[in-house]
Amino acid sequence: MKFKSLAIFLIISSFFLTCILSIWKIMATLQGVSFTNLNITPVFLIGILLSLTFVLIGNKLNHLIKILLLSFIFSISYFYLNEASPYWYIFGVFLITLFFTNKLKKYNMQSLQEDFISEKIIFDFITLFGIVFFAFVILFPFYIMLVTSFKTQIVLLVNPLDFSLDFTKSLTELFKSYFVIFETYNFGRYILISSAVSIGTVIVTLLFAIPAAYAVARLNFFGKNFLSTSILIIYMFPAIVLVIPLYTVFSQLGLRNSIFGLLIVYTATTLPVAIYMLQGYFKSIPKEIEDAGIMDGQNWFGIILKIIIPLSLPAIASVALYVFMIAWNEFLFSLMFLDSPKSFTLSRAIQYLSGDAETPRQYLMAGSVIVTLPVLFIFIYFEKYLVSGLTAGSVKE
Amino acid sequence: MSDSLSKLEKRTAYTLVLPAVLLVFAIVLFPIFANVWISFKDIELKDIRIPEPRAKKIVKSISENQSELKIIYKLRNSSLIQEIRNVKFQDKFPTNVSPINLDPRCNFQSKKVVCDFGNWQAKFRENFEITIQNNNGEIIDRKIIKSQKPILSGKADNPLLTTNFTLENFKKVFYENNFVELLLTTFYFTFFGTVGAIIFGILAAQLVNQNIQGRTYMRGILLFPYVGPVVALAYTWTLLLDPNSGTLNALLVNFNIIEKPINLLGQKYITMSILGFEFKLRLALTTIIFFEIWRYFPLAFLFILARLQAIPQSLYEAAEVDGASPIQKFIHITLPQITAIISILFMIRFIWNFNKFEDIFLLTGGASGTRTLPINVYQQGFAVSDIGMGSAVSIVIVMLLLSFMIIYFRLIGKRANEV
Repeated sequence: MKFKSLAIFLIISSFFLTCILSIWKIMATLQGVSFTNLNITPVFLIGILLSLTFVLIGNKLNHLIKILLLSFIFSISYFYLNEASPYWYIFGVFLITLFFTNKLKKYNMQSLQEDFISEKIIFDFITLFGIVFFAFVILFPFYIMLVTSFKTQIVLLVNPLDFSLDFTKSLTELFKSYFVIFETYNFGRYILISSAVSIGTVIVTLLFAIPAAYAVARLNFFGKNFLSTSILIIYMFPAIVLVIPLYTVFSQLGLRNSIFGLLIVYTATTLPVAIYMLQGYFKSIPKEIEDAGIMDGQNWFGIILKIIIPLSLPAIASVALYVFMIAWNEFLFSLMFLDSPKSFTLSRAIQYLSGDAETPRQYLMAGSVIVTLPVLFIFIYFEKYLVSGLTAGSVKE
Repeated sequence: MSDSLSKLEKRTAYTLVLPAVLLVFAIVLFPIFANVWISFKDIELKDIRIPEPRAKKIVKSISENQSELKIIYKLRNSSLIQEIRNVKFQDKFPTNVSPINLDPRCNFQSKKVVCDFGNWQAKFRENFEITIQNNNGEIIDRKIIKSQKPILSGKADNPLLTTNFTLENFKKVFYENNFVELLLTTFYFTFFGTVGAIIFGILAAQLVNQNIQGRTYMRGILLFPYVGPVVALAYTWTLLLDPNSGTLNALLVNFNIIEKPINLLGQKYITMSILGFEFKLRLALTTIIFFEIWRYFPLAFLFILARLQAIPQSLYEAAEVDGASPIQKFIHITLPQITAIISILFMIRFIWNFNKFEDIFLLTGGASGTRTLPINVYQQGFAVSDIGMGSAVSIVIVMLLLSFMIIYFRLIGKRANEV
C-alpha cells in the first residue's frame, strides 16, 4: 500500500515537473536558443530521483535549506544532461525546481500512508498541471500575436522559432509595423469608426432597452408574456440567416457602406439581450421606492430617470460593456455591409489586409494587437461588471 | 378610477416597449420571413437592384462646317431579367438648335426632345440617333451638347417583390449541393465543439474553484479567448499553424516530434494509426473544432464556476467525515449539482456552434472539408452570387434550429427556471 502510493507520487510529481520544464524549454527555444531535444526521459528520471530524495529526507532538514539544496543539485545535473544552454535558462530551471519542491512540502513518508492519498496526489498535481496547461494554451497565441507585431516577415521566414526582441534597436524601429499601419493603411480612421460604431451602439441600445426593460419588469400590458418569451427565442437566431435579406434591402436603400446602417443592425441584434439583462435587474429593485416617486407626482419618465437609472447603474454598466464588446468584436455584418475602405471597421480592415497575400504578417498582427488591446484592457479593468454581463447575456454572443 | 389607471399603464407600457420591438422586428424578425420569400425566387446578386433605363451619349460630327451633329444614345435596360415599362426620354438642346428627321417616337418642343419608348424587355439594347442642326448655319459647340445629360425614366418592378416563384433553389440545396456531407460536417463540428468546450469548461472550473493563489487572475486569463475579437484570434492561429513558417510546426519539427510540417488547416484528411488500426481523421475540421473549443470553453467555465461556488461547503465537509475520496466527492456531490447547468449550456452552445460562421470563414473559408451550413449560405449567396439559393440554405438552418429549440424547451426548458 505504502509502496503503491509512493510510486504514484513519484511518477505524477515527476511528470508534472517534466511538463513545466518542457514548456520552459519551448519558451527558451522561442528566444532563439537552439535546442533540438526535449530530453523527456532523462528529465523524468532525475525528477523521480528528486522527489524520492525529497520524501526520504523528510523533516530531517529545514524546509528552505532542503529545497534550495535539492534544486541546486537538480539544476546542475540538468545542466550536464542537456545540450549547451545559457545561464539564464539554467537559472529558470532552478527557480522552477524551487517552486516544484516547495509544492512537495506536505508530502513525506507519513503523509503517504493517509486514506485515499493516491487520489489526493493525482488531484493535487492535476490541479497544478491544469493551471500551467490552461495558462500556457490560452496565453501562447496572444504572446505570438504581440511578439510577431514587433518582428519582420523576413526574419521570421528565416527562423520561425526566433521570437527574441532586439531591444537595442530604437523604438521607432521596434514599433515600425504600428507606424506603417497607421500611415499607409489608415488604421487611425478605422479605430475612430470602430469606436464610433461601438459607442453609438451602446448609447442607442440603452436608449431603447431601458424603457422597454422597465415596461417588461414593472407594467402590466397585453402581450407581456409573449414578449419576454420571444426575447429568449430571438436571442437564438443567428446573424447568418439575417444576412441575405438585410443585404438586399440595404442595397436598395443605399444603407450599405454606411455607419448608420451598421449601427441599427448592431442595436437591433443586441437589444434582446440588453432588455433581458436589464429587466431582471429592474425586478430586483424594491417597488416601494418607486411608489414614493409616484406619490411625488413623477410620471414614468421621471421614475426611470430619477429612480431606476441611478439605482441600477451596475447593471447598466454591465450591459453597456457587454454591448460594447459585441459591437467592437463584430465581424460578419461588417464583412457583408462594408465594401469601401472609407467605412471599414477595425475587424473588417484587418480581414481586408489579410486578403492581400503580399501583406507582411507583422502588419496583420499589429492590427490584431490594436483591435484586441482595448477589449482586453476594458475586460481586465471592469472584470466584475463584464463577468456578470457575460453570465446574464451569454445565451447570445 | 382603477380602470383609467390600468389604461394609462397600458398606454405607457406600449410607448416604452414599442420602439425596441419595432426595431427588432425590422432587423431581426422581418429578415427571417424575407428569407422564405427570397428562397422561392430565382434571383442573383446582380439582380437585386431595381432595373433602370440607361443611356450613354456620343456626339459625332457629320459635316465639315460643324453646323450639323449626329448624336448617338446607347440605350439599354440595366437588368438582364426584368422589363421596364413606359420608358420616357428627354434631352435638352441650346437655342437655335433643332433636330432633323426626328424619330416618330419623339417630339421636339421648346428646346427639348421628348421621346416615348414604350416597354423595354430585359437585356434590351438600342443605338438611338438624333441628328441636329443649327438653324442659322453656325457651328454647334460640341462641349455644350455633350455636357447635357439625357433624363430617362420608366417603371419597373422591384425584383424582390415580383411574384414568380420556383422550387429550383430547394431542389439544388438537397440534390446538387452534397447536402448529406454538408449536414454531417455541420453536426461533427457542432457536436464535438460543444462537448469539448463543456469538458474543458468543467476542468477549468474545477481548477479555479480550489483554493489556489491568484485565482481571480486565473479567472480573468481564462476568459481572454472569449472576449478577444475573432478576427485577431483567427489570424493569430492561422499564423501559428501555418505549415511553412508557423510556430507550431516549426517547434514540432525542431524537437523531432514530426518529420514534415503538417498543413493543419489545409488538409482534409490525415491517416492515423492507433494500435494497428488505420483510420482517416478529418484534419482541418478537427483543427477548427479545437479552435472552437479554445474560444468557447471560457463560457462554459464561467457558468459552471458560478454553479460550483454556490454548492454549500457543508456538503463536502459531511462527505469528508463519511470518508469519501476526492473522486467520490466529485461524482456524488459536484456532478449532480452541475448537470442542470451543463444541459442548458449544451443546448445553447449547440445552437450557437451550429450557426458559427466567422471562425470557420476566417480560418479556412470553408475549404478542406470544413464547409458547414452557415458557410454554405455565404458561399451560395455571395461567392456564387445566387442569393435565392443562399436563402434556401438559410431556411434549412432556421428549420433545424426551430426543431432544436422545440426539443430544448420540451426537455430542458422547464429546468431552466430552476437554475
